[in-house]
Amino acid sequence: MNVIEVRGLRKSYDGIEAVAGVDLSISKGEIFALLGPNGAGKTTTVEILEGFRARDGGDVRVLDFDPQVKGHDARVFRNRIGIVLQSTSDAGDLTVRETLHHFCGYYSNPRDPEEVITSIGLAEKSSSLIRSLSGGQRRRLDVGLGIIGNPELLFLDEPTTGFDPEARRAFWALIRSLKDGGTTILLTTHYLDEAEALADRVAVINRGKIIEISTPTELGGRATSLASVQWESNGEMHDELTSEPTSVVTRLGKEFNGEVPKLSVHRPTLEDIYLEMIGSSKGGSE
Amino acid sequence: MNSLPSTLNLGLQRGKLEIRQFMRQRESVVFTLLFPLILLAIFGSVFKDTIAPGVTFSQYFVAGMVASGLVNSGFQQLAIIIPVERDFGSLKRLRGTPMPAASYFIGKSLLVLAGMIVQVILLLAGGVLFFGLNMPTSTSKWFTFAWLILLGTATSTALGIAFSVVPKSGRGASAVVSPVVIILQFFSGVFFIFTQLPTWMQQVAAIFPLKWLTQGMRSVFLPDSFASQEVAHSWETGRTLLILIVWLVVGLFFSIRTFKWERA
Repeated sequence: MNVIEVRGLRKSYDGIEAVAGVDLSISKGEIFALLGPNGAGKTTTVEILEGFRARDGGDVRVLDFDPQVKGHDARVFRNRIGIVLQSTSDAGDLTVRETLHHFCGYYSNPRDPEEVITSIGLAEKSSSLIRSLSGGQRRRLDVGLGIIGNPELLFLDEPTTGFDPEARRAFWALIRSLKDGGTTILLTTHYLDEAEALADRVAVINRGKIIEISTPTELGGRATSLASVQWESNGEMHDELTSEPTSVVTRLGKEFNGEVPKLSVHRPTLEDIYLEMIGSSKGGSE
Repeated sequence: MNSLPSTLNLGLQRGKLEIRQFMRQRESVVFTLLFPLILLAIFGSVFKDTIAPGVTFSQYFVAGMVASGLVNSGFQQLAIIIPVERDFGSLKRLRGTPMPAASYFIGKSLLVLAGMIVQVILLLAGGVLFFGLNMPTSTSKWFTFAWLILLGTATSTALGIAFSVVPKSGRGASAVVSPVVIILQFFSGVFFIFTQLPTWMQQVAAIFPLKWLTQGMRSVFLPDSFASQEVAHSWETGRTLLILIVWLVVGLFFSIRTFKWERA
């Protein structure tokens, strides 16, 4: 059974379709990244799966629950998921430890709050008031609150916005360790390198529709796409597209009989592929 | 798999947390809790006359201060704080956890009740020490006092939670909520002697709970002989109880039906 199963999901705001027929299947233990520009329908889709919004149409099962469930079943559902929202900024008059211990009490099978404090790298800050934390530290606390209930499924909405590169790496390690523990993760992010580093599969969504679902290495035909070899000769830059860059470089090495001036070999990054996909589906309206 | 913690237990946990959070905002702790006593000091110094045999204005005013303390710490505080929590996103985060809405509401009631108890102790102690306040002597008056505080807290809390959907943002909340409270205080005989207000004001006030809380508190702090000077020539205790319960039900109904966890 898939952890998330979505068929034909639709949602409109004031007659405008924010989500226009989305299908998704996410299996247990997978890290799945949802990519798309602002206003593409990412957040709406995720908030419907989290149970924050009602859908207009389609079938949705999350851990075999309809996320719109009410009453006691809603508690049972939320007991099994963890949500890290895009931005939360509490007044912050509690310490890190007090907050995690308190949230721990909401769940039937929580993780040990002290362990969580260590895993999010806030051990030294555990007695500090939240208001005294830096942006990145607050974000890590948000993640701590998302995982305190020991969720089977974790939603991460742009988790590393505002992180410095080192904090981002540490965060990625934390997410990988959650995956190793069997947690399924649905991630939305603006950072393509983050999706590449973490995700088993990525979906690109634009204008309320999924354009493609694939692995990060194969998205948009990336695995088979041409590499570009660039070099300088007679004061002019040359650019050759090829499926066999090694033989081009070997050939150039012989031609120049040694170092090739300003040589570079460039394969399309996930970002290149993504921007091309978004650009071609935009139809020039934005 | 263990079972989910009970709604009541989580409500108590929320209450502890809310009180702890409140206590850490030192300036607002001091001001909020001492406010009724400060007002008593001002009004008690300005109006020194006796309004009936054995009834000073301070004595009359204390009843109004306890009653409006209920409105301030419940209705006013919550209708301002909850939109701020909504703006911060803390409510949405709570919504995404298995904590039931009822536990959140119970937590808020406990915060209001705790603040109310401290306020009343400070007000009454200050009144007795500095303004010649006479404390009620009979058990039945203390009993009335106790249920008025409990029911008043519940009603005021429920109405504050219900009204928290009205302010569009946390920043504008105070501007929306405070005038409502201040006008009600004037109309309900908190600052003036109720029977000296224009009849239409009395009639408007009689729709809302503050007038009844104030009148109920007068039945606690004034001698029974004063009852004949009330509008109905009686304390109308039964009617007070009934009207507060009706408002409690109205407040609970709207709290449950219309509460907003996120900014629109």
